[in-house]
Amino acid sequence: MSLKQALKGATLFDFMGAFVLGMKVYFRRKPTVNYPFEKGPLSPRFRGEHALRRYPNGEERCIACKLCEAICPAQAITIEAEPRDDGSRRTTRYDIDMTKCIYCGLCQEACPVDAIVEGPNFEYATETREELFYDKEHLLSNGDRWEREIAKNLELDGKYR
Amino acid sequence: MLISAAFYILSAIAIISALMVVAAKNPVHSVLFLVLTFFTTAGLFVLIGAEYLAMLLVVVYVGAVMVLFLFVVMMLDIDFVELKQGFTRYLPLGAGVAITLFAMFILVSNTRIAVNIGAGDLASPTPSTDIANNAEAIGKILYTDYILFFQLAGLVLFVAMIGAIVLTLRHRDNVKRQNVTKQVGRPRAEGVELMDPKSGEGVAL
Amino acid sequence: MRDLVEQFGPLWGSVLGIAQILGFAILLLLTLAFILLFDRKVWAAVMMRKGPNVVGPFGLFQSFADFLKFVFKEIVIPAAANKTVFVIAPILTLVLAFITWAVVPLAPGWVISDMNVGILYLLAISSLGVYGIIMGGWASNSKYPFLGALRSAAQMVSYEVSIGFVIVTVLLLVGSLNLTQIVNHQSAGLWDWHGFSFIGALLHGGSPIKIAMAFVTGIIMFMMMWIFFISALAETNRPPFDLPEAESELVAGYQVEYSATLYLLFMVGEYLNIVLMCAMISILFLGGWNLPWGEVTNPYIGFLVLYTKIWFVFFLFAMVKAFVPRYRYDQLMRIGWKVFLPTTLVAVAVVGANVTFFGG
Repeated sequence: MSLKQALKGATLFDFMGAFVLGMKVYFRRKPTVNYPFEKGPLSPRFRGEHALRRYPNGEERCIACKLCEAICPAQAITIEAEPRDDGSRRTTRYDIDMTKCIYCGLCQEACPVDAIVEGPNFEYATETREELFYDKEHLLSNGDRWEREIAKNLELDGKYR
Repeated sequence: MLISAAFYILSAIAIISALMVVAAKNPVHSVLFLVLTFFTTAGLFVLIGAEYLAMLLVVVYVGAVMVLFLFVVMMLDIDFVELKQGFTRYLPLGAGVAITLFAMFILVSNTRIAVNIGAGDLASPTPSTDIANNAEAIGKILYTDYILFFQLAGLVLFVAMIGAIVLTLRHRDNVKRQNVTKQVGRPRAEGVELMDPKSGEGVAL
Repeated sequence: MRDLVEQFGPLWGSVLGIAQILGFAILLLLTLAFILLFDRKVWAAVMMRKGPNVVGPFGLFQSFADFLKFVFKEIVIPAAANKTVFVIAPILTLVLAFITWAVVPLAPGWVISDMNVGILYLLAISSLGVYGIIMGGWASNSKYPFLGALRSAAQMVSYEVSIGFVIVTVLLLVGSLNLTQIVNHQSAGLWDWHGFSFIGALLHGGSPIKIAMAFVTGIIMFMMMWIFFISALAETNRPPFDLPEAESELVAGYQVEYSATLYLLFMVGEYLNIVLMCAMISILFLGGWNLPWGEVTNPYIGFLVLYTKIWFVFFLFAMVKAFVPRYRYDQLMRIGWKVFLPTTLVAVAVVGANVTFFGG
């Protein structure tokens, strides 16, 4: 052990240096985002909560092609379909198990009519597990609620596709 | 009134927990009861005005010795059923030792009273009453009249400590050891090298 | 309490005494609530975060919210745990942490029990603190708590030795075990505080050799202050010596199996011990309730001064937590036994010699 090292230890040299550095940082402006009141920016490609969209005339987009169900790697999507009264093919059941979903975004890539999309919403924590088993009604209402943001994001991202 | 109530409560706890040291099934519980016994005894010391002794009892026995006891007992893997066997077989022996000790204790304390040894016959058994602080009083006695015994006791402990080290310390050459001084004293330049690699060339190691 | 009984009679004296103790306990707990928040705030600030700032203005009520959360959670006792010991351990920790405060003088005349072996009492009771941890670790009947308990037992016993010797140097200078007298011994001013007595050595004069000896003693006492500070960190399991609960190695050490109120008791006990150590540094080395330029006799001002000093020392504790990385266990033991123990032993000898031959 060299004398220099012993002196450095005995005088708490490193400790004092760290203390001065700590105090310098102490009064710096904090970069903290005050989360529930402030939020950071989101990419238009952000993959959050799912939504089923409608056409502007109110008709649902989904044509029950089941491509999303087929491609879903977590097998979170369940679809059943029947012809509707007017002869068009529609889903009778469209369930997403959000506890299974891995938010890969393959469903929205697979969708030929842009019906299922992952919207920008990421604040949908629930108190029970059952509330995370989304059914068609819930997904459609999500679509209605987030339509403006989703449409905007699709438009922004569209030129890169 | 308050003092005697405290005395009876403390001594009752001391006796009960001393019994529990022997009676408890789990050896860790025994040690914890022993700690309680020491602690209440310290309380009794405080009641007779020997707060310095009381504190020393707590610091030395409860704070250090019993921790090591607990340490060892905690790590033992003991079969409790086996431990309790032969209780009746050893009972006479244990009772004999206990009764002998108790008899000796009573004899000693009674002779003091019966023979009526004067204060002058012993080397100042009690310090002069004008010393208010009993840390000072104990120091005065320990470092004057009983200095030889005090130092001898210290020496015995010291020899025991050295003996333990001599018996257990074995330097082995084929074992890698940490050199903390060297590790801590290593300067940054020895461990870190900053490179500036060109694109597509990498660094020669 | 005895003088209260003499002054107001046995009944009202006891009632007043108990009220005093209750008031003291409430003051301590309130201090603790804000010191916990302060700890987190300092830690956050050094990491360039804001820290808790939602509950109440500037997050001032965060600790109370945490308290409610802890109290309303479910107490989980592992099936294989030794239930009695498991429950007693945190209670013991808290009780021991509280009763140490009985001898700490907060201001001139403001002390619950003015024992003449006060400092020894502090040492005795704080050495018992290790039982709470060992019992908790053992009773959990689980591997990590057990390892944490073993570590902390070895660590606390080791650092008690150097703390004891540091206290002995102060006792040699003062010549008394009474905390009030220790504070009164440093009443002249900053230059006579034990931590800074090397300044006083140059001021007081005398023969050159006496000045030299006093100066050397002063420097030693300054070092003792830091050794006490570092040992206090180890003794209270504070970072960088928080090995009993090192989360990267032992998850949470002896607290792994504890939840809700029982965990709260552990945490409150631990922080009470930390605040106690801050108070001890203030009293032993930083002049207690005395101002840097002279003595304080008014208890209210004295209390404020000591309180400020405790917060300042706690600020150092919090800063250390923020910027010093955790020690390895063998390094910790090395510092305790191979650095602090010899240093403090030599210090006791030098200070003792100085007191004997040059009268302090």
